Amino acid sequence: MSTLLEVSRVSKRFGGLQAVDRLSLTVNEGEILGLIGPNGAGKSTVFNLINGVYPPDSGKVFFAGEDITGQPPYRVARHGIARAHQIVQPLGGLSVLDNCTVGACFGRQNLALGQAREAARQMANMVGLGDRMDMLASSLTTAGKKRLEMARALSARPKLLLLDEVLAGLNPAETEGMIETVRKIRDSGIAILMIEHIMRAVMSLSDRIVVLNLGARLAEGTPQQVADNPEVITAYLGDSKLINAAELPT
Amino acid sequence: MWRRPFPWFIIAAALLYALYPYFTDDVGLRESLLLAAVYIILASNLNLMIGYAGYVNFGNIVFFGLGGYVCLYLVTALHWHVILSAFVAGIAVSAVALLFGLGILRLRGAFFALATIGVNQAIQQLVVNFEPWGGATGIYLSLDSYGPLGGPMQALWTTYLLIVALTAASLLASYAIKNSKFGLGLLAIGQNEDAAAVLGVPTPLYKALVYSASAFLPAVAGGLYFFKSGIIEPTSAFNLQTSIEAIVMVMLGGSGTILGPALGAFLYEELRGFLLTAQSFSQFQLVIAGALLLLIVQFVPGGLLGWLHQRWPRTRRWLE
Repeated sequence: MSTLLEVSRVSKRFGGLQAVDRLSLTVNEGEILGLIGPNGAGKSTVFNLINGVYPPDSGKVFFAGEDITGQPPYRVARHGIARAHQIVQPLGGLSVLDNCTVGACFGRQNLALGQAREAARQMANMVGLGDRMDMLASSLTTAGKKRLEMARALSARPKLLLLDEVLAGLNPAETEGMIETVRKIRDSGIAILMIEHIMRAVMSLSDRIVVLNLGARLAEGTPQQVADNPEVITAYLGDSKLINAAELPT
Repeated sequence: MWRRPFPWFIIAAALLYALYPYFTDDVGLRESLLLAAVYIILASNLNLMIGYAGYVNFGNIVFFGLGGYVCLYLVTALHWHVILSAFVAGIAVSAVALLFGLGILRLRGAFFALATIGVNQAIQQLVVNFEPWGGATGIYLSLDSYGPLGGPMQALWTTYLLIVALTAASLLASYAIKNSKFGLGLLAIGQNEDAAAVLGVPTPLYKALVYSASAFLPAVAGGLYFFKSGIIEPTSAFNLQTSIEAIVMVMLGGSGTILGPALGAFLYEELRGFLLTAQSFSQFQLVIAGALLLLIVQFVPGGLLGWLHQRWPRTRRWLE
């Protein structure tokens, strides 16, 4: 299994806040890497550094052996990295199909308009938006918009998909459906780097997990290893001794 | 593109527009239609910026004025044929716009709008102080200049027909761009520029290209229009008021649609003609324009066509 994405000692500082601190991680071809950590750990910033929303202060990002550090988002997209946003960003005035067509037209495939429309139709069907193709993106429900984010990213036929909390805000039935979709995507050969707060989902989907705390890597391993790591438990729940010490009146 | 009826409809309408005053030999009608045609060109090309890419160009008139200046300079100083001069003016102004575009399109929203006003005012001042272009008094044509088009009377008809052709070209270009990959990228930028970039749309390049493209036909039209007038001077060439009126036309007809801006331009121009004939209200159309813009933005942001599309969704299919 070869390395697809290599993030090497990247740092990013916003004013007084060290958002990401010399973080390294790798994503191999065909795997799902979960990226977890408490709120404010810098997870979304890592995504922004990978896909070029901002350049890192230091460190390097390699994709498929090529140095893509500091390239603007539209060039990163061409290399084959697609992203589904945590806060959905639909092109509201365009139809669902057109949204996906943008992904197919300008992503890695760089298709002509006609072919792009075909690819977009397939992806919209795959994530279950087939019956809403001609609706305006702005009129979709939250779950629908999340699916649109995925369909749009997939329409580019990326090699790597960045999923930023695609399960957040979904009801249990929708969550089940989405987990199934993520599996299907991995089975189609696309590597996935996912940020997720819903532990059940991360644990069942991820091949490996990286835990981030205060911008730095706290732990890495299989889901089981990470779950058993006392430092991880501390970062999430606070110091276990303190928890034990605070005898709650019952 | 030619397999659908829409472009043929535009061509048929343009032929009717061009030939009706010609065969009825109605000079008054020709003049009023010419002015409307010029406004359609301005509004239709401005719509590429406002309606497609979502950038409000307040200084759009600079393309028209600059095109006029370059063309008249080539005609008077170098004695080029007017059609060649107008065409070269279009290319020159597009090239300048491309350079400006790469710079000012880093700005967004209100800052971009302000910068475009700045471009217009700066170029106006530059021209006022530029002696080869006649400074504040501008460039005059002598009657000999109309020789190549068969004398002044014939030249009026020829420029009219050419400007109507440019009007058709503007609408066809709007149509072709909207149905292209470039157009889809622009619409994506207009909706959400950051999301578009993440999806792979090369935003800086596309924005500069559309800014430049939206300069070409207005500049050519400016060349022909001021050639027909026989005079160009800075205050009329770079009149900011016309810029703002062009924005009203786009919003009135429906920004982002193909026919909307043309419809808006035609209606506004007719309204203006009507109000101008009432002597007691000089420039009264501006009061109406301001009120219209407020009402449209507040209540019908989609303009006339947007409203029609919403009211009767079927119209979306054939009234683009």
